[in-house]
Amino acid sequence: MTIDRILVTIAGLSLSGWIGWFFWFSERKSTKVETMESGIQEVVIKVKGGYSPDVITVEKGRPVRLNFYREETAVCSEQVLFPDFNKQAMLVPFKTIPVEFTPDREGEFGFQCGMGMLHGKIIVE
Amino acid sequence: MEANRERFPFRNAAQTVSRRAGRMTNLIPWIVALIFGVFWSATYLLLGRMHGMWPMFNSEFPFSTARLFTSHIAELPTALGAFRSRSANMNTLVASGEVAAWLYSTVAFLFPSVFPSQQLAGQFYDVVAVVTALVILGLALEVRAKGKSSEAIKKLIGLQAKTARVVRDGAEKDIPFEEVIVDDIVVVRPGEKVPVDGVVVDGTSSVDESMITGEPIAVEKQSDDEVIGGTINKTGSFKFKAKKVGKDTALAQIIGMVQQAQSSKAPIQRVVDQISGYFAPAVMILGVLAFIIWYDFGPQPNLVFALIVLVTTLVIACPCALGIATPISLMVGVGKGAENGILIRSGAALETAQKLNAIVLDKTGTITKGKPALTDVIAVNGFDENELLGLSASVEKASEHPLAEAIVNGAVERKVQISDTQSFNAIPGKGVEATVNGKHVLLGNSKLMKDAGIEIGTSEEKSRKLAEEGKTPMYVAIDNRFGGIVAVADTVKEDSKSAVAQLQKMGLEVVMLTGDNERTAKAIARQVGITRVFADVLPEDKAHNVQKIQMEGKKVAMVGDGINDAPALAQADIGLAIGTGTDVAIEASDITLIKGNLSGVVAAIDISRATMKNVRQNLFGAFFYNTLGLPVAMGALYPFFGILLSPIIAGAAMAFSSVTVVTNANRLRAYKMKTS
Repeated sequence: MTIDRILVTIAGLSLSGWIGWFFWFSERKSTKVETMESGIQEVVIKVKGGYSPDVITVEKGRPVRLNFYREETAVCSEQVLFPDFNKQAMLVPFKTIPVEFTPDREGEFGFQCGMGMLHGKIIVE
Repeated sequence: MEANRERFPFRNAAQTVSRRAGRMTNLIPWIVALIFGVFWSATYLLLGRMHGMWPMFNSEFPFSTARLFTSHIAELPTALGAFRSRSANMNTLVASGEVAAWLYSTVAFLFPSVFPSQQLAGQFYDVVAVVTALVILGLALEVRAKGKSSEAIKKLIGLQAKTARVVRDGAEKDIPFEEVIVDDIVVVRPGEKVPVDGVVVDGTSSVDESMITGEPIAVEKQSDDEVIGGTINKTGSFKFKAKKVGKDTALAQIIGMVQQAQSSKAPIQRVVDQISGYFAPAVMILGVLAFIIWYDFGPQPNLVFALIVLVTTLVIACPCALGIATPISLMVGVGKGAENGILIRSGAALETAQKLNAIVLDKTGTITKGKPALTDVIAVNGFDENELLGLSASVEKASEHPLAEAIVNGAVERKVQISDTQSFNAIPGKGVEATVNGKHVLLGNSKLMKDAGIEIGTSEEKSRKLAEEGKTPMYVAIDNRFGGIVAVADTVKEDSKSAVAQLQKMGLEVVMLTGDNERTAKAIARQVGITRVFADVLPEDKAHNVQKIQMEGKKVAMVGDGINDAPALAQADIGLAIGTGTDVAIEASDITLIKGNLSGVVAAIDISRATMKNVRQNLFGAFFYNTLGLPVAMGALYPFFGILLSPIIAGAAMAFSSVTVVTNANRLRAYKMKTS
């Protein structure tokens, strides 16, 4: 085996390892939602190829308002779904679209785009 | 819906135009990109250019670079956005494939000397251009097709009347429909839409309710009848009192339920979601591994082959097709149901509905009309049938018994004269007596006849036979002579028999549940062709009986009225509530039928089956495509047949795989309801 082949193999394998780590195992930061004076837990979520922040921690039993702000016109993200809460919203680009609900049980609940390509998570504590 | 369009040609035309315009604006960037893409692709095809043949034709570099960063308006930023949130999607794959092709070509163009041989210094700008064009074309087709998928809900929203004419301060006034309040008197003229739900107070007309209930024949309306917002008044003018407005109207609730169902998730999709979370990164890893293998063991020029394989693998994989397979069919299926007056609450309900083995029908109001009607008049001893009925109806007119109403209505229907009565007297547990036109009339059971010393004779046998048929016979005596029998019964709905036969043909065991006695129950069951009957069931035991059938290992649907049957509906795997008029959001039910008859049940189960079949086709297609496409893209066929896909073919396959999924889902739109 020539030196370039060995180099390509090593580089490729490390790249594969990095891809696996980056997408599957790397630590994701969870954003703790602040409670407003009104008692509503409110956070702004930027939508651009993904949700930012995408992991959100909220308190059980308090109303939550997620303000989605879609910063792109790509059709992929035009709809956001909360299958566990049977909620959905059409996100108009460059407009704040609030989604409100009150989590009544603890656990992790996913939200996603209409095609299930973009994912986010709500952790209820 | 078509009729609606004809009746409001201008408004509908305007809506269509504005809707089209909206769609066009969305499509403009796509179309521009498409024209550029096609232009570039055409240049390559016409010139028959192969990579590496024209190394000196360098003008492509700036164009291709510009393309990569401009016409990828959607892809590149989206891919980067996804990358930042540490997730990967279709855009990530396509964009990384193209960036790889572009990087290689750029290095080859700017520094050809780094490559040991000129052969390696080929450029793949054509790949970047054509794949982009194809992906955009695919997306444009997909957006178009998806517009069709959500047509049902758009139609529902379009049903809402924009204005209402209300009587305020004694004058008629046009106001936006949102401003109508409960107890407003609303005027509706022929050809206009009913703006909100309410009850007719004045005037008569026929109203087309097909858009809400699926009932094709216009319904006659007079005072005290319910009208539903969104339906179309056809013949006469009427006034009605608004009862439900804003988000409480049937139409608003239907729209809400359909939207909820369309955004819910079918259990089958949970598996897919798990896979799609791993899918895109796994493809990237496969691409890199294929690159290593081709570089290490592949033929010369190994770098070019390895790169082609990497790009092809990244481009061909289509997580998108997998991701939309279930939701898109669900959306069309749920919408199709709503168009036919069937409201499916969630994807889970739809999935369970197609697995059913048994269906339990509540007798009263489900199989039967729930309202007794006159069935037989038997006159003996020389009396005339019409005379007998006329006298009976005259007596019963004064009574408040539910069976009395049936006799009076029967007499009216047969155009028999009803007279006034004197000295009406109800005898508890036996019947009634009264004097009509100077004749003394007794109407009631055998006890009443016996007490009056009236001989029934052979009519007792006839009476027993009627009872066996599930009817309630009553004896009539006129001036102390036995006159004959009038019988009433809760009659079976017109379509019940054929609907039961349909359900049985679909492989479902049909069971009847009723609080009536065994004899009546069996008689009705025979009429509609049901063999298994639970009779004498107390209302609170209905749920228990449903459970009994479930214990036999069957998936059970319960069909009932949603109020008395709520616990049984909740106990069943699928609760089908038969709604009445504007009462659509029935909590305990998984599926609500707006039009109250059994053929709706057939259609509901049928559409669930069709939808889930479509979902499975889509999932199979998407899985099959990916599991076949990926190894071929990685070059699995090369050692045996020398076949290696070009990234351009891969781009085309990827673009059209998701279009195929959406198109297949749209086939459901053409689905015709099974009607018995």
